[in-house]
Amino acid sequence: MILWELFRTFFVIGFVSFGGGYAMIPVIEAEASQHGWMTTQQFTDVIAIAGMSPGPIATNSAILVGYSTAGIAGAIISTLGVLLPSIILVLIVATFFTKLQNYSIVQSIFYGLRPIVASLVIYAALSFALSNNLITINVSWHTVSLLFIFGLSLVLLLKFRWHPIYIIILSGLVGVALYS
Amino acid sequence: MKEVETMKEEWKVFFQLFWTFFKMGPVTFGGGYAMIPLIEKEVVEKRKWLKSEEVTDVFALSQTVPGAVAINSATFIGKRIGGVKGAVAAMLGISLPTFFIVLALGILYFFFQDNPKVEAAFLAIRASVVALIAYAAIKTGKTAITDKSTLGIMIVGVPLLFVIHPIFVILLGALTGIVCRFVKRKLGYNMKLEQKNEDYKNHPDYFMGAGI
Repeated sequence: MILWELFRTFFVIGFVSFGGGYAMIPVIEAEASQHGWMTTQQFTDVIAIAGMSPGPIATNSAILVGYSTAGIAGAIISTLGVLLPSIILVLIVATFFTKLQNYSIVQSIFYGLRPIVASLVIYAALSFALSNNLITINVSWHTVSLLFIFGLSLVLLLKFRWHPIYIIILSGLVGVALYS
Repeated sequence: MKEVETMKEEWKVFFQLFWTFFKMGPVTFGGGYAMIPLIEKEVVEKRKWLKSEEVTDVFALSQTVPGAVAINSATFIGKRIGGVKGAVAAMLGISLPTFFIVLALGILYFFFQDNPKVEAAFLAIRASVVALIAYAAIKTGKTAITDKSTLGIMIVGVPLLFVIHPIFVILLGALTGIVCRFVKRKLGYNMKLEQKNEDYKNHPDYFMGAGI
């Protein structure tokens, strides 16, 4: 049953979704491609839409993967799956602790988790660059133009602090001008 | 009669919780630290549900639970004010608006994805999505790397992800943190655990690496 698979998958993802945003991309991608729900390119588009929308990237991607796999019911089930672990753990923590972050064991766990969250985001950038032909041995005009869009976007983010939504809209227009 | 009154009061609180967070949902892109000032304003100044220090504690606590900081914070506040039902009301409130926005955009995308103009646009958008993620990597890296060990864990983590399922890598990271601190304590090292980060207050774009 596809809905149960979606729920189960996103429920597990919900439990490990530290670093809420971009760090969950590799986890969701691994699951989506293992189940044959989506290609990496489609998944890149999902991240584009998730990044354009308000709300956390992980939850937004769950909605989109769920929708493309099993329609509106899929979207609802996947969202519930990814949110449920958070609500369960929040209720447990809220009942028993007021300052969990002061516990030594919690500090130790996060001492290791924080750099791993960074690895996850770096890995996500690398694997998307590979699957979308940004890193390739066959350098063509096409690759150069993609690298230019990549570089320009990064500068706009780092130096000019543009909001992602404007960058996605601008690059969409550039795409229509260049590739259609 | 009195019971009816208290029930009415209860439902009023649930509705207020739902509505307070419902209003915030659509304006918070990224759902992370960008929401902190908004939550403070609504919960502390307007509704007077919590004191400012209590909200700071809620944010700290929210980061120790998996999931987005914004959603976790809303759920924590909901629990404080209205118990389990309050938590559900707050979580639904903060999640529903974005759910509908994302679903609408998704439906549009899957409907038009084969249109040549849309295909062309997404060719370029994919390149800028890689830039978005690279930017997030820089931001997350900056907060995560506090000493040589954390730098080491991050560097080893990347090639591991090419061969091992990410969920195991995450669990491995947590385990490494425990072992690392245990060993360091035995050896008597001093550790810098966390960078004090007040950055998000000055830079609302801090949502990129949000939620650690």
